[in-house]
Amino acid sequence: MENNLNILIAGVGGQGTLLASRILGSLASEMGLDCKVSEIHGMSQRGGSVTTHVRISKEVLSPVITEGEADYLLAFEKLEAFRYRHYLKKSGLLICNDQELMPVPVIIGVAKYPENIFEKLKAEGFNVKIISALALAKEAGSIKTVNVVILGAVMKIMGVDYKTAVRVAEAVVPKKLWEVNKKALELGYQCTIKSV
Amino acid sequence: MEKRLMLGNEAIARGAWEAGVRVVSAYPGTPSTEITKYASEYKEMYAEWAVNEKVSAEVAIGACYAGARAMCCMKHVGVNVAADPFFTASYTGVNGGLVIIVADEPAMHSSQNEQDSRYYAKSAHIPMLEPSNAHECKEFVKIAFKMSEEYDTPVFVRLTTRTAHSQGFVNITDREELPLKPYVKDPKKYVMMPLMARGRHIEVEKREIRLEKDVENSPLNTVEFRDKKVGIVCSGAVYQYVKEATNASICKLANVYPIPVGFVKKFASEVSELIVCEELEPFIEETLKVHGIKCHGKEIFGKQGELSVASIRNKLYGITVPNADLTLPQRPPVMCAGCSHRSVFYILKKLKVVVSGDIGCYTMGALPPLEAMDLCLCMGGAITMAHGYDKARSPHTKNMVSVMGDSTFVHSGITGLINAVYNKGISTHLILDNAITGMTGHQENPASGKTIIGEETHLLDLELLCKAIGVKRVQVVDAFDLKAIQTAVKEEMAKDEVSVIIIRRPCALMLKGAKPNGMKINEKCKNCKACMAIGCPAISNNNGKIKINSEQCTACKVCAGLCGFNAIEEIKS
Ligand SMILES: Cc1ncc(C[n+]2csc(CCOP(=O)(O)OP(=O)(O)O)c2C)c(N)n1
Repeated sequence: MENNLNILIAGVGGQGTLLASRILGSLASEMGLDCKVSEIHGMSQRGGSVTTHVRISKEVLSPVITEGEADYLLAFEKLEAFRYRHYLKKSGLLICNDQELMPVPVIIGVAKYPENIFEKLKAEGFNVKIISALALAKEAGSIKTVNVVILGAVMKIMGVDYKTAVRVAEAVVPKKLWEVNKKALELGYQCTIKSV
Repeated sequence: MEKRLMLGNEAIARGAWEAGVRVVSAYPGTPSTEITKYASEYKEMYAEWAVNEKVSAEVAIGACYAGARAMCCMKHVGVNVAADPFFTASYTGVNGGLVIIVADEPAMHSSQNEQDSRYYAKSAHIPMLEPSNAHECKEFVKIAFKMSEEYDTPVFVRLTTRTAHSQGFVNITDREELPLKPYVKDPKKYVMMPLMARGRHIEVEKREIRLEKDVENSPLNTVEFRDKKVGIVCSGAVYQYVKEATNASICKLANVYPIPVGFVKKFASEVSELIVCEELEPFIEETLKVHGIKCHGKEIFGKQGELSVASIRNKLYGITVPNADLTLPQRPPVMCAGCSHRSVFYILKKLKVVVSGDIGCYTMGALPPLEAMDLCLCMGGAITMAHGYDKARSPHTKNMVSVMGDSTFVHSGITGLINAVYNKGISTHLILDNAITGMTGHQENPASGKTIIGEETHLLDLELLCKAIGVKRVQVVDAFDLKAIQTAVKEEMAKDEVSVIIIRRPCALMLKGAKPNGMKINEKCKNCKACMAIGCPAISNNNGKIKINSEQCTACKVCAGLCGFNAIEEIKS
């Protein structure tokens, strides 16, 4: 893993982006690096757009990532991947959960959910990897583990070995939820990742 | 020494624990809420949810008079509510240390205004410290307690959203177990009536002069010389941005009130140009200018929103970053699937009444598609504004109701209801009782019947309370029963007296037990979209076909009540 990482996690309130960021913080700690994590959302959570900024390096200053400087964008939802794409570096990697959640303007019919998001991202030159985290989370036993499935896949992509991945996740997942999350982590770590 | 990744708010609680604090009292408010929850996890500290910020301040003040170190925590607007005790506690000073945590919210992610609490420190003559990261959050709380006892004053620690809600590594140590200080009767210090208060005012001034002198040598304020063409004065999270965004020399202030003016003056003499980089008001800049230090900054950075590495680079050097795509559908926060507030606003919209609203999850009733809130000012304001509105427009047709959540009612709605009854009002008030403080992330309150640590306690009987206040007409209605809500609202609005309708259902996110299977659309659906009028996030329109997402659906059945074709039914297991 590199020593200088900006990871932006984007999702919808309630998808567990904060736990995901804590796992990355635990990873930074294991590597002896500095880390800051910042969660940005409006009106607490309630189904709104949420981002969590994770910065890892020898010394982290601002807890917030600057637009255009993210090495990874981990998107828990497709529209949110599209919304925050301007945070990615040109050489950055976008890892997206293949799930669509309709925002209220779409639900009430005043806006349209964008079509062909992955193709558009590719056309704009982004390097996009797709995982079907919802199905894997269900397989693990709880749809609430989408976050840990994604983190499993991400840590594999980052080159973190499986044992370390398990250790850093176990350090932050609440004990009583560990069994189902361990399964989720394993499924994420082993899953096939599609490229666009 | 152990190092732990902690949220700024968690580090504040840790700092209090390490400082030997015995009592923490707070009312929730973003971005300060987590502090108290974390504090309640330490057995050695008593922590409580107070019913409002004034109460929390007085509880902490009482505990400090009793000889314990005590802390209260609130968001910026909470200080408005608690200002009365603070201004006079500044006169009495303390016995055990007293620290007040105040969390400002530049950019108003979850707030109704962007006020700058540094002015409170100045006008109440209470010193204020501002940490710039999680580790400093913990350390500054400990230093604040020492200062409080040494100078016989309450001390403010100011956070902003970015320090409160960012995690960073914190070096933790053990708790310093302090004995209770003796309480000694001393009316000259603790009974603030004119005779005594005049004496204390003299002490306040003396204290401030001493503080102004001492902060000049405080090791908490630092300078870092880099490029000496420009020197930047900053504090808090902004320090992190400035250090990353520029190569300027930096004067970092931890004492934001009083400001070590001489210290800054010396720094200013070593750089060619002095810029003050601060969020919100030009608090530091004004002070420096009053003391004849040539500087500028507010005209560059503005008074609104949060600063960032990108905005500082942009404003100083014209460097731009990639822009957000603003053509995409927004994803604003919404009432959850199964939220007990949705039905109320559907009915209020249908009845075309003017709604005096308040702050909580239900404020989202102002947004499309419900759009049934006309006013929202401050916590507790709904009932009082409705009373005033009715008085101003009487004897015209009565067309207003007020809407307020349970936590807000207990916070500051009760006094307004007493006022309305006492002054022969005619207003109709809806209390949306979901048995929890929802908006800020589910904190217990007197209407939950549980304490901060989940212990059973007396459950406040809202009906009985309203009756005791003198409201003769109190109805209790099921929040999922559209017809009952409509009937009750019509009935009470027709009456020329104060009435209360308690609309009750627990918060959908607090439901215990197995999740219901949810609802589905059957073949009788005519795609008339009547069910879409309530803006439930579980119901969507897929190219003209209505679908219910059974994973989100909690089977509240409010949508089924809107369907004229019996096309929405429960999924059988
Ligand atoms: C003076 C003040 N203190 C705290 C807050 C933060 N705050 C906003 S709404 C709210 C409480 C909402 O609870 P409730 O009235 O029960 O409504 P719910 O969100 O549960 O629907 C709080 C604590 C505030 N806006 N103003």
